[in-house]
Amino acid sequence: MPGSSSNTERAGRLTRWLVTAPPAAFLVVFFLLPALIMAAASFREPGEFGGLAPLAAGGMNLDAYRFIVDDPIYAWILAKSFAVAGLTTLICLLLAYPLAMRIVRSPRRRRDLLVLLVILPFASNFLIRIYAWMIILGPLGLLYSPVAVLAGMVYVHLPFMILPLYTNLEKHDPALLEAAQDLGAGRWARFWRVTWPLSLPGVLSGSALVFIPVLGMFAVPELLGGTGDLLIGNLIKEQFLDNRDWPLGAALSLVLTAAVLAVAGLSAALTRNRGQA
Amino acid sequence: MRRGFWLWAAALATYAFLYVPLAVVVLFSFNDSELNASWVGFTTRWYGKLLGDADLLQAAANSLLIAIVSSTIATILGTMAGIALHRWRPRFLPFLVLTPVAMPEILLGVSLLLFFRQVLDLTLGLFSILAAHITFSIGFVAIIIRARLAGMDESIFEAARDLGATPWRTFVRVTFPLILPGIVAGFLMSFTLSIDDFVITFFVAGVGVTTLPLQIYSMIKVAVTPEVNAISTLLMALTLTLIALASRFAPDALRKSA
Repeated sequence: MPGSSSNTERAGRLTRWLVTAPPAAFLVVFFLLPALIMAAASFREPGEFGGLAPLAAGGMNLDAYRFIVDDPIYAWILAKSFAVAGLTTLICLLLAYPLAMRIVRSPRRRRDLLVLLVILPFASNFLIRIYAWMIILGPLGLLYSPVAVLAGMVYVHLPFMILPLYTNLEKHDPALLEAAQDLGAGRWARFWRVTWPLSLPGVLSGSALVFIPVLGMFAVPELLGGTGDLLIGNLIKEQFLDNRDWPLGAALSLVLTAAVLAVAGLSAALTRNRGQA
Repeated sequence: MRRGFWLWAAALATYAFLYVPLAVVVLFSFNDSELNASWVGFTTRWYGKLLGDADLLQAAANSLLIAIVSSTIATILGTMAGIALHRWRPRFLPFLVLTPVAMPEILLGVSLLLFFRQVLDLTLGLFSILAAHITFSIGFVAIIIRARLAGMDESIFEAARDLGATPWRTFVRVTFPLILPGIVAGFLMSFTLSIDDFVITFFVAGVGVTTLPLQIYSMIKVAVTPEVNAISTLLMALTLTLIALASRFAPDALRKSA
C-alpha cells in the first residue's frame, strides 16, 4: 500500500518528537533561558534593593565590565583562581597516576574492588569531606590558610582524576611494554616513551574534570581559607547574596564561563591533536 | 621488585589520604568531648542530641522529600533524553543535556536564582529547589541510559519491528526491560546527587526551606561540633547502603557511570 510507508514515517517522527520534547523543553526553560538571562543581566543596572533596576530607568551598559577591568583586584583574583586550579590539578595528577597504575596491574577480579574504594569516599557528602579537613587542620594550626584550601580542593576532586586515568591505562596493550623491553628500553624509558604518551588523553580529560569545578568553587575557600584566600566563586556568591549587585555578579559569572569554555576548548583541541598524531 | 614496592607504597598512601579524614570524622562522633581534638571516652550522646534537634530533623525530612520527587521526575526525563540521544543522535540535545553536568555548579545556581527572582518573581522554596535538582540530574541519568543502550545489539529492536510491534510495544516489551537496570541506577544516582547537593541549593533555597546540607553548612560555619560528626556518620551509612543497593540491582550500569 502506498500510504503505509508514509504512515510509519509519520509515526516515527511523532515518536521522536514525543520522546525528545519533554526533556528538551524542561532544559530550555531551566538551563538555557536562565543562562541567556544572566548574560543579559550583566549589561543592566543594579536595583536599589538588590536585583536589577527597571530597564527603562537603568538601560543597558557596560558598567559592570568596566568596573571589573578598572579594579585590578578582579584580575588578581582571577589569576589566583587559575593558579589554585592549576596547582590542584597537578597535585591530583601526582596522587592519581601511581594509584591508577597500581589498580591496572592488579588481577582483573580485584580491580573493581579497588576502583570502588576510590569512589566510596567520594559518595559521602561534599560538606562532610570539607568538614573532615577542618577537624584535622584545626589542631595543627593550619586551618584558614592557603594550605588548607589546597588540601580541601585536592580531596574533593581527586576521584575525577583517578577514574579517567584508570579507564585509559586499562586499555593499554601490555605487548607494547614487552616490545619496548625487548628492544632494551629501561624502566624510565618505558614509562616516558610508551605509557605516558599513550595516557595523555586520560590525563587531559581528568585534568579538565578537576580544573573546571575548582575554578568556580566557593565553599572550600570559604570554609577552609582565610580572608585572603577568596577566589572568583566567592566574589560571585558575594555579589548575589551579600552585596546584592546582581549585574556585577552576572558579569563575573560570564567571565568565569569564558574561562571555563577556554579551558574545555583547549583540552578538547589537545585531545584531538593527540588523536591525529 | 623495588619499583613494585614504591608503586604499592604510593597507592596505599593515596588510599590513606582518601580514608583517614573520614575515619577521623566517624571516630570523633563517638568521642565524649565538645572538642574534636583528642580522644576522651566513648559516648553515643551526640546521636541522641541529633534526635532532639528539631531544625535538623525538619531539614532531613525536606531533603528526603526533595530527593524522592526530583529524582523520580529526573529519571523519567533523563531516560527519555538518553533514548533520544542514542536513537536519533540529535544535534542540539547533547548541548542541553550535558552542559549542566559539566559546568561549575555555581553558574547554574546563580542563573537560576536570577531567573526565579527577577523573571518569575517567585518566592524561593520547595519549587525552585526541585526545578534546580531536576535540571542537574537529567544529564547524569541520560548518560547512564545512553551507555546502556550503546552496549546493546540493535538487531533486537529491528527484530521487534519486523515482527510488527508498534514503537510503543517495542518500548514496553523490549527496550524498557533491557534498560531497567540503567533506570534504577539513574534513579539512585540522582537521588544521591539531590540529597547531597549544597552549592546549587544554597542559591535557590531562599529563607523558607532548609535542606540537610544547608543545615550542616550553617552548623560548621559557626563552630566545629561533634553533632556534625554524628550526622555525617549517619549520612555516610545511608550512602553506603544506597551504593550497596545500586551494585546489587545494576552492577554493570554502576560501573559504566563511574
